[in-house]
Amino acid sequence: MAVPLIVSGVSKSFTMHLRGGVRIPVVDAVHFSIETGQCAVLSGPSGVGKSSILKMLYGNYAVDVGQILIRHNGTLIDLARAEPRQVMAVRRDTIGYVSQFLRAVPRVSALDVAAEPLVQRGADPDTARRRAADLFARLNLPEKLWDLPPATFSGGEQQRVNIARGFITDHPILLLDEPTASLDAANRAVVVAMIGEKKADGVALLGIFHDADLREAVADRIIEVTGFAPQKAA
Amino acid sequence: MMTQSDSVSPYPEPANGRGENANPPLQQAQGKGLPAFDEDKPLLSASGVSKFYGSRIGCEDVSIDIWPGEVLAVVGESGSGKTTLLNCISTRLMPTTGTVTYRMRDGHIRDLYRMGEAERRFLMRTDWGFVHQNPADGLRMTVSAGANVGERLMATGARHYGDIRATAGDWLGRVEIAEDRIDDQPRAFSGGMRQRLQIARNLVTGPRLVFMDEPTGGLDVSVQARLLDLLRGLVTDLGLAVVVVTHDLAVARLLSHRMVVMKDGRVIETGLTDRVLDDPRAPYTQLLVSSILQA
Repeated sequence: MAVPLIVSGVSKSFTMHLRGGVRIPVVDAVHFSIETGQCAVLSGPSGVGKSSILKMLYGNYAVDVGQILIRHNGTLIDLARAEPRQVMAVRRDTIGYVSQFLRAVPRVSALDVAAEPLVQRGADPDTARRRAADLFARLNLPEKLWDLPPATFSGGEQQRVNIARGFITDHPILLLDEPTASLDAANRAVVVAMIGEKKADGVALLGIFHDADLREAVADRIIEVTGFAPQKAA
Repeated sequence: MMTQSDSVSPYPEPANGRGENANPPLQQAQGKGLPAFDEDKPLLSASGVSKFYGSRIGCEDVSIDIWPGEVLAVVGESGSGKTTLLNCISTRLMPTTGTVTYRMRDGHIRDLYRMGEAERRFLMRTDWGFVHQNPADGLRMTVSAGANVGERLMATGARHYGDIRATAGDWLGRVEIAEDRIDDQPRAFSGGMRQRLQIARNLVTGPRLVFMDEPTGGLDVSVQARLLDLLRGLVTDLGLAVVVVTHDLAVARLLSHRMVVMKDGRVIETGLTDRVLDDPRAPYTQLLVSSILQA
């Protein structure tokens, strides 16, 4: 089975310069890999660093030490040391991400928000919007919202826009940060089915799911993040 | 020194028929599929650029590259040297030391400060745009909106009045100015409209690189949101490279791919925009980010 992403010896801390330079360690010696066609789940209590790991894998957080090796367009890239422009290319072509919260852009409609990743990859905007509309319909997002900017949507509605945006492309790696936290049971079931389809397509998924039933339904493997806790004494 | 014979116009002969030259930037956009993130040569490279005003530092030892299709935000508080840097890399202000090179349309890389004045002016009028914070600095306030847009077009060789007027009208539409305002002077426009007109004037020639100095400064938030949305759309559609100077981190987040943080004339942090804002490393960047007001 192919391994499109390897995390090796990654550590992360925050240095709070406004608090006299106090250093807050987040995770230490993170080590795992994910496989195509599988969904791995990061597990552990709140504050243990699950989201931080996902953000490092997306280039959103800097990495102190260690490597994040990614197969990108046939070459191997260390995302921990990659130039910003390489990270942009990786995001466009290789790693998709469903964030916990939607960062709404003023005046841009929900359809365009969801279609954007496809358009960025050169798809025809109308085709991309139709794809987004299919996903919205599947996620039971009321049609009257589709042409509105999502800033005023409810949490669950925004989350469905976010899910559509993340699932619309065929990125070989997909990161999911609690994509279902504000969804009802029916829509959670839709997301479970969508994750199943991604697996069948050979996508490697890595997610955070607080809902135990959902985790049960999608996880092929559990990665226990408490194992990467920094040494207290250090 | 380069000789004048090196300076070949990047533009083909102006088209005479209505249809052919109606909207060059649009045609350029259609030819462009993906954003050019992986195009391997920078469009503009600044290396070791410093500017001293007497013994005072404007900016010091700044090196940045701008690639095709990317938006680079330069942020920092007033007096941090961001506008000095912008002026130095856009040939508006001669740096004390350092070099700035530009990849011309013919692929040649040229040192901007070793070009002839005529050639540099031609570059600024055609392949570049410069959007000022105050639209009055970038517009001619006493000629019509249509003429403001058409004038730049004429610099690229367009001569046919009907074509120029049609293209100008087209561009007014793209920046959401009603077509029946084409003969009005910008004096009669609101601040937001003036700024949109300035943008149309700059983009009509299909530039590859646009410099912007606080383009949304001084506008109401609702006007600002509309302008930002417009800019985002145009930048993506046209595949423009943009250097935008702003003190507003929300503007930087919305518009830019990469970010440069300046303090006391020096670059103190660079990186992907969301990385710099979500995980700021330098003490001053942390201060800036923590100072954003939450609406």
